[in-house]
Amino acid sequence: MSSPKSAYSIPTKKGKLDTHIFVVWVDNESGVLARVVGLFSGRGYNIESLAVAEVDATKNISRITIVTTGTPQVIDQIKLQLKKLVPVHKVADFKREDKKVIFKEMALLKIVAKKKKIEKCLKECKKFNPVILDKTNKSVVVQITALRREIDKMSKKLKPYGLTSTSRTGAIAMTRGADTFK
Amino acid sequence: MSKLYTGAEIVFKCLEDQEVEYIFGYPGGAVLPIYDELKNHSSIKHILVRHEQGAGHAAEGYARSSGKPGVVLVTSGPGATNVVTALTDAYMDSIPLVCISGQVPTHLIGTDAFQECDTTGITRPCTKHNWLVKDIKELPKVMHEAFKVATTGRPGPVLIDIPKDIQFAKTNYTKFKKEKKLNGKIHNKFSENEINQLIDLISKAKKPVVYTGGGVINSGPQASETLKEFVRLIGFPITSTLQGLGAFPGDDNQFIGMLGMHGTYEANNAMHDCDLLINIGARFDDRITGKIDEFSPKSKKVHIDIDPSSINKIIKVDLAIVGDVNEVIKSAIKKINKKQNGLKDSNKQRISKWWEQIQKWRTKDSLGFINSDKEIKPQHAVKRLYELTKNQDTFITTEVGQHQMWAAQHYKFNKPNRWMTSGGLGTMGYGLPAAVGVQIAHPDKLVIDIAGEASVLMTIQEMSTAVQYNLPIKIFILNNQYMGMVRQWQELLHEKNYSESYSEALPDFVKLAEAYGCKGIKADNPDELDDKIKEMLDYKGPVIFDCHVDPNENCFPMIPSGKPHNQMILGPNDKEENKITGKGKSLV
Ligand SMILES: Cc1ncc(C[n+]2csc(CCOP(=O)(O)OP(=O)(O)O)c2C)c(N)n1
Ligand SMILES: [Mg+2]
Repeated sequence: MSSPKSAYSIPTKKGKLDTHIFVVWVDNESGVLARVVGLFSGRGYNIESLAVAEVDATKNISRITIVTTGTPQVIDQIKLQLKKLVPVHKVADFKREDKKVIFKEMALLKIVAKKKKIEKCLKECKKFNPVILDKTNKSVVVQITALRREIDKMSKKLKPYGLTSTSRTGAIAMTRGADTFK
Repeated sequence: MSKLYTGAEIVFKCLEDQEVEYIFGYPGGAVLPIYDELKNHSSIKHILVRHEQGAGHAAEGYARSSGKPGVVLVTSGPGATNVVTALTDAYMDSIPLVCISGQVPTHLIGTDAFQECDTTGITRPCTKHNWLVKDIKELPKVMHEAFKVATTGRPGPVLIDIPKDIQFAKTNYTKFKKEKKLNGKIHNKFSENEINQLIDLISKAKKPVVYTGGGVINSGPQASETLKEFVRLIGFPITSTLQGLGAFPGDDNQFIGMLGMHGTYEANNAMHDCDLLINIGARFDDRITGKIDEFSPKSKKVHIDIDPSSINKIIKVDLAIVGDVNEVIKSAIKKINKKQNGLKDSNKQRISKWWEQIQKWRTKDSLGFINSDKEIKPQHAVKRLYELTKNQDTFITTEVGQHQMWAAQHYKFNKPNRWMTSGGLGTMGYGLPAAVGVQIAHPDKLVIDIAGEASVLMTIQEMSTAVQYNLPIKIFILNNQYMGMVRQWQELLHEKNYSESYSEALPDFVKLAEAYGCKGIKADNPDELDDKIKEMLDYKGPVIFDCHVDPNENCFPMIPSGKPHNQMILGPNDKEENKITGKGKSLV
């Protein structure tokens, strides 16, 4: 708590935090990302990761995927506040545990090491659809796709083998099956 | 090929099509093409303010008192930054404003050009939406969209930033037809089932209370009529937030006064003890709820609001009805009349005990104060002002502080759109320019700013505006020589350490009035108060009334916000005065 003579109410006890993935369809116009991100920072919501790109060039629609944590009340607010933004068309919100939704994140890993160690690394990556994008005799750049926590784990694991650089996209999401989010 | 118009011409064409009559503004380099065009549009009158914040508040006063959006025109850089306070104020209190700002030419954006600032960046968090127009072809669409966003759903301010080269560039313009029913991002799709649930709750409650807010005012004058009908039909007690005053007649027996931090004893106790709470167009603001964990612990809660994000934001409710207030209560009335004709009588019986309890609370007379025949008590001054003006259709604005609360407590409003005060942001300096805007909208009505001597100095320069346009606004200053509200907190919470809250070196307000070319009146004796107020009311032009009041008076009742509603501090008349201790200190 802040100083006892500061203003306003004492924070009441926090509820349980859930991780949610928001998918937001927006007009791809200047400033739209600032509006979305500004909403999060201005209202004190947390952003764990963020991925954004245009997905429909004729209609100028971008799709923003935001991973966030919050109490159920905060998650509800995030959704409702996002929907109020003028360039926002629709907002989907998924729990991370949701089995009906696929979450994926891509990472590029650069390993600088002797051949043997590089091979060991590639073997570790096998589960995560590795694609070798670049190779020299002392280095390799490998692309993997996985869940966030899997990539976290991999980064940790590969450090001792010569992982020197990691670049990640942040999670993106899509529902399973033939249905699309309306 | 159709005729081409410059960006500046387009701005006015759009304003004309939106039936705008007044712009509140201040010129500068980046809006000169627009100012140049002004002379060609006789239906639009420009009101030259003395500071851009004043333009914003004047437009707010205009909007609140007329129901139409207020339009503001400012230059780039400092013009835009000066209006930020007013935009934020309008955002917090849901007031429709359309602000047009000039910007440096597009090719200079981002170069730190003279009077450049990132206006859309700065105003993004304090507007519903804003636009930087970089292509002249976009301008007509953006202008009309701006009006739509500002005025639909939950209203609020918007800003259009127009670079100077765009004001010169040319394009064609097709006449715009206002849609009858704008829908934009508004939500008005409540279901019959929800109305049924509401009526079910109404017909079971034993201790109900209706709690209304600014949303009723924003829903239009019709909503206040509907509210009256609804509340009389169900027979419930009704309380209001600061912003909602006037939606229900303040002198009606069913009205139990304002609630919240400086609300009445009966209103706050009713909120605490009720078993059904119907929130209509209010937002469970922290000045209202007090301690959240102990807020109205025994009640079923209903929330009727047009903004879905207001629902469950602070207080979880049992029934949410998202829609326009007027529409929702209208359909509730219809349903009751059709299906539950007996409701009025059965309600009366069921809640008669509750009304008895409320009467008991009323006898506490929580707005009471000890009057004096030596000094003018500020509450007494407001009461006299009310008595002497209640027979006219009077519009009241205020600044922020104790005087604002006394005005809310002791001036009774019987109609909506007559009470303009800065609630959400609490902006000192709001009242005087707001009065300018109100008087513009209602040239023949009586407009009074109930002011504090500290607040009024923040925008006093707008007296020049009042004089220039012959606006007979009355600035009624409750001069206690203190930032009274600050002094009160320091007395109650900071061991009477009156750090920097004394208003040293105040101007002579009578001379100040004369310097601006208006009338100054001073009163410091209760005996002369009535005559002097009458003198003010009889004077045809603007007046600054310097009412010297008891500097030590505190504003009661008061809930220190760490406390629940049923633990208020009452005034000096009350023996068992609660003292603020420990944790409560952090909460005011
Ligand atoms: C722009 C601004 N600055 C500071 C404050 C904090 N504040 C709230 S009330 C108040 C004192 C107002 O004094 P005055 O206008 O004399 O009114 P009084 O309380 O004495 O009636 C202050 C400084 C504010 N609300 N707005
Ligand atoms: Mg004062």
